[in-house]
Amino acid sequence: MSTILNQIRIKNQYLISVLSVGTVASLCLFTRDYLDYKIVGYLLLVVVSVLSMFLGILPLLLSAVLSALILNFLFIEPYYTLHISNAEDSLLLVLFFIIALVNAVLTHKIRRAEKILQVKEVRINTMKLYNALLDSLSHELRTPISTIMGAIDTIQTKSVPISEENKENLYAEIEKASLRLNHQVENLLNMSRLESGVIEPKMDWCDLEELIYNVLDHLKEDLQFHKVVVKTDENLPLFKLDYGLMQQIIYNLVFNASQYTPKGAKIEIKVSYNVDVDFEYNPDKTFPCVITIADDGIGFPENEIDKVFDKFYRLQNSKTGGTGLGLSIVKGFVEAQHGKVTLENREEGGSVFTLRFHTLTMNTKEISNE
Amino acid sequence: MNNSAQILVIDDEVQIRKLLEITLESNDYRTFFAVNAKEGLSMVANHQPDLVILDLGLPDEDGQVVLKRLREWYKNPIIILTVKSAEDEIVKALDNGANDYLTKPFRTQELLARIRTALRNSATEEKEPIIEFGPVSIDLASRIVRLNNEILKLTTTEYNLLSIFVRNDGRVLTHQYLLKEVWGNSYADQTQYLRVFVAQLRKKIEEDPNRPKFIITESGVGYRFNTA
Repeated sequence: MSTILNQIRIKNQYLISVLSVGTVASLCLFTRDYLDYKIVGYLLLVVVSVLSMFLGILPLLLSAVLSALILNFLFIEPYYTLHISNAEDSLLLVLFFIIALVNAVLTHKIRRAEKILQVKEVRINTMKLYNALLDSLSHELRTPISTIMGAIDTIQTKSVPISEENKENLYAEIEKASLRLNHQVENLLNMSRLESGVIEPKMDWCDLEELIYNVLDHLKEDLQFHKVVVKTDENLPLFKLDYGLMQQIIYNLVFNASQYTPKGAKIEIKVSYNVDVDFEYNPDKTFPCVITIADDGIGFPENEIDKVFDKFYRLQNSKTGGTGLGLSIVKGFVEAQHGKVTLENREEGGSVFTLRFHTLTMNTKEISNE
Repeated sequence: MNNSAQILVIDDEVQIRKLLEITLESNDYRTFFAVNAKEGLSMVANHQPDLVILDLGLPDEDGQVVLKRLREWYKNPIIILTVKSAEDEIVKALDNGANDYLTKPFRTQELLARIRTALRNSATEEKEPIIEFGPVSIDLASRIVRLNNEILKLTTTEYNLLSIFVRNDGRVLTHQYLLKEVWGNSYADQTQYLRVFVAQLRKKIEEDPNRPKFIITESGVGYRFNTA
């Protein structure tokens, strides 16, 4: 109800108030000779009551005053004066006015209570989200910090000497922990960039094949036990996208695949488009560019697929690690470039992320022979 | 190698200064430090260091301004330190005369490599007429490129691009700089040419064009040619 109210602008509310009272009154005017003026009074009261469900308090009071005046002026004898000849009629008018007023005030109160409830609900949801963030964040940040502090303590303790080999192992753990910290801070920064709306994509010509291999090179440690296949073709055109955002998108998706599929799993990255080799560049025409990242892991639980792009959402039975930010960053960065990202389970097992863009597209053949 | 070069570090973070002091001195560089722009500028004037490491986020002055003022008279290499995802800042700093950049957090091995490259480049301004790297040799005088001792056919544009790369070994070159140098001023934002020709050049000189060893992408900034 309150949404209907919000949609009707205040100026229109006055108009509605005058029009409805006016319409009902003029209809009654034709039947004035056959109809008791008390009936007209009740009818107008009904109009005011119905209006009280939609209108703000001032337009509603206007309708009440207007109804009282019309009733008196047009329907209570003597006609066309505001004079009232008997006490019964004055009482009727006063009652009419009071009922309209009570109606108006009550509805107004109910609406206010509704609004407060809504604000409370939003606040509770925000708190829930905030707590979820704190939970996963403090875990995600504290684990590597504990590792670093602990490892350094052990190395520094002189009373219990440790072997060179163990020292090396601890150094390796410190390195891993700091990389993990850096990764999480990076995610948080990206998230806050998205939240504050400061992302303005810098659209520029991208060689997606180069970009994909560049990302894979950054992830080679995480992918050493996976089979990665890149499917592009020799005539892959250039697409106008944001190189940095695309890098982060592909990085997060491939990184995810590497973390949540078993050793030996296959990750396939494919770029498809539908322009042919000889097409000419048109600066006013965009073409589809579709990137899929598929794996043959266990896939996602069907009932959670819709939620995986939500901020801080983590799968019910996922292993520790991860803040639930990676995929929501993917979604944000894809949408910043007016694209869409979807997730499906594949019939043959595993899952596939599909990125769909509509971008300017340029055939590389026409510039390659200079 | 004689590492006795003098390096000035301008950074307001005490932990970074400590880390650099230990790292640089254990690699036999003579180091000294400034904690803000004012001190930095006067120390460069007084000590004439062989190289400056400049943090762009200083408390008293915009790092870009410091860079510009230094470049009015200081000729030796300047390496800037900056936070990540600030590609525009990096490109601006390179345009303002920085020789190289590193994003925090950085690995010290990477920093040392960049320092070596910068010092080497400033020492040998005159290049040999024949440059060799991996299986490739380039005769800059006769414009002949060989791959495994066999003549490699390059288009004029490919050759021009390659020769700019090899003459700036180890340096990061911005997209704009490369486009202007190879194609001309009016091509400064026509990045499609660069994308296509870098891909083509990689196919001709890299062993695995998808994992390039020589022409490295510096995302959002440009390319770095690396033979080291």
